Amino acid sequence: MILSEQQPSPAGGTLVRRHRLSTRLWHWINAVTVFVMLMSGLMIFNAHPRLYWGQYGANADPAWFSIGSDATRGFVAIGAVRIPTTGVLGRSKDPGGQMQRRAFPWWATIPSTYNLALARRWHLAFAWVLVLGGLGYALRSFFNGHVRQDLAPARGELSPTHIWHDISNHARLRFPSGVAALKYNILQKIAYLGVLFGLLPLVVLTGLTMSPGMNAAWPWLLKLFGGRPSARSIHFIAMALIAAFIVVHLLMVVLAGPWNEVRSMISGRYRLPKERA
Amino acid sequence: MTITRRKLIVGLGASTGGLLLSGCDRLGQAPRFQSLLDLGEKLTYRVQRGLSGRTALAAEFSAADMSPVFRSNGNTMPRSADYARHLAGNFSDWRLVIDGLVDNPLALSLAELRSLPTRTQITRHDCVEGWSAIGKWHGVALGLLLKKAQLRSQARYLVFHCADDFAGTNYYESIDLIDGFHAQTILAWGLNDRTLPVENGAPLRLRVERQLGYKHAKYVMRVEAVDSLRGFGLGKGGYWEDQVNYEWYAGI
Repeated sequence: MILSEQQPSPAGGTLVRRHRLSTRLWHWINAVTVFVMLMSGLMIFNAHPRLYWGQYGANADPAWFSIGSDATRGFVAIGAVRIPTTGVLGRSKDPGGQMQRRAFPWWATIPSTYNLALARRWHLAFAWVLVLGGLGYALRSFFNGHVRQDLAPARGELSPTHIWHDISNHARLRFPSGVAALKYNILQKIAYLGVLFGLLPLVVLTGLTMSPGMNAAWPWLLKLFGGRPSARSIHFIAMALIAAFIVVHLLMVVLAGPWNEVRSMISGRYRLPKERA
Repeated sequence: MTITRRKLIVGLGASTGGLLLSGCDRLGQAPRFQSLLDLGEKLTYRVQRGLSGRTALAAEFSAADMSPVFRSNGNTMPRSADYARHLAGNFSDWRLVIDGLVDNPLALSLAELRSLPTRTQITRHDCVEGWSAIGKWHGVALGLLLKKAQLRSQARYLVFHCADDFAGTNYYESIDLIDGFHAQTILAWGLNDRTLPVENGAPLRLRVERQLGYKHAKYVMRVEAVDSLRGFGLGKGGYWEDQVNYEWYAGI
């Protein structure tokens, strides 16, 4: 975030420049890309809704996670625990009201009807957008100071008292006002850094580890993740964490004032929240 | 009917989601958008060929890593009368034909294939669906056969004609010459120290270890060297490529 003029700190209520063009562009490209990746990925998962650890894993091998169904019920199995999920996971109705035995339901997948080939086309084309956009953004953010100035935790921010203070402020929905609102707080910093430099690289690298071509090109991938089925499991877990981040992110936008927040990500202009009386 | 705010929000959310989703479905059906998506495959092909080149090897494993059960998939018993006759005769008068753009067409018996230098490799079979199985393959390097057949310089692809069919359409596959001459590309006649079982492609199946399972044609009867894939099936280079638009380059 940038203040256009470093003059006397603007008071609550003023409109200031907040997000850089590179950040805004990447945000919206990614908003589309990540949803396409998530939903086409769920369709790909539907083709074999079982996850394994190790170097091999097929139907005869034990799965640590699976989504399945029998004649009447759908369920998620994690280890020995079976969670009933009829209606959503395992067994769900399609838009025509027909019961389908499918891991993820039609409304969560691209395309909405079972089609592994088309889901792979979506996933593997948009993967390039995710990777090239992400690399471009990461390089730009390192060189324009975004990472150092805005995202890296400042001295003292990582102290337990500070973090606890921030957690309690979040829990009471007390968001910063005035110029303080221009700075990311420590929970935001941890979340953004974790997604940008943790989960996104992880999801890309585990995705590449599932590629037999990349296994030949970069044999260290298999060593790093301990096998293709392990990489597929980690890919799925990283996906779930990214989805959880999106839910929290959207919730925070709504709580912090959706109009102002969305505008700041479109035009870059952000109205500083008024100081509390 | 009273419309509560909650109902309105849920309704709006659901219908926006529905619109976006059916929009994605319609986009996915549009030929122009499909060719945009297909650029992903072309880019992946170029980049992976650039990164791994001709020689980079697929991972090989130790006997301890092998799957207890090697899953078979797709067709597990070809239905043709010809195949039944060969199977009944233990493939004794069966011949692998290598022809097309070659100067020295070959017709090799199973015994001849087995007498050639054997490559044994414990590799992972990756299904496009997401499962993997590790098995030990025994076979002859395809490159060796291609040299014997004296491939002509116009040849660009190898087409594998198979004995099995889906609803009357024969299975076939194709690869480029980089994979054709790759050290681990073999025509396998054995799996896990035994003769190749019927469900895994007896008498002969292709192993092309840097690509996904559907490229590993089973029940290979004939290898044809060609300069273009246009004349085969629907022209996309393989049965699944033609039928459901799986990628011809299945490196990912």
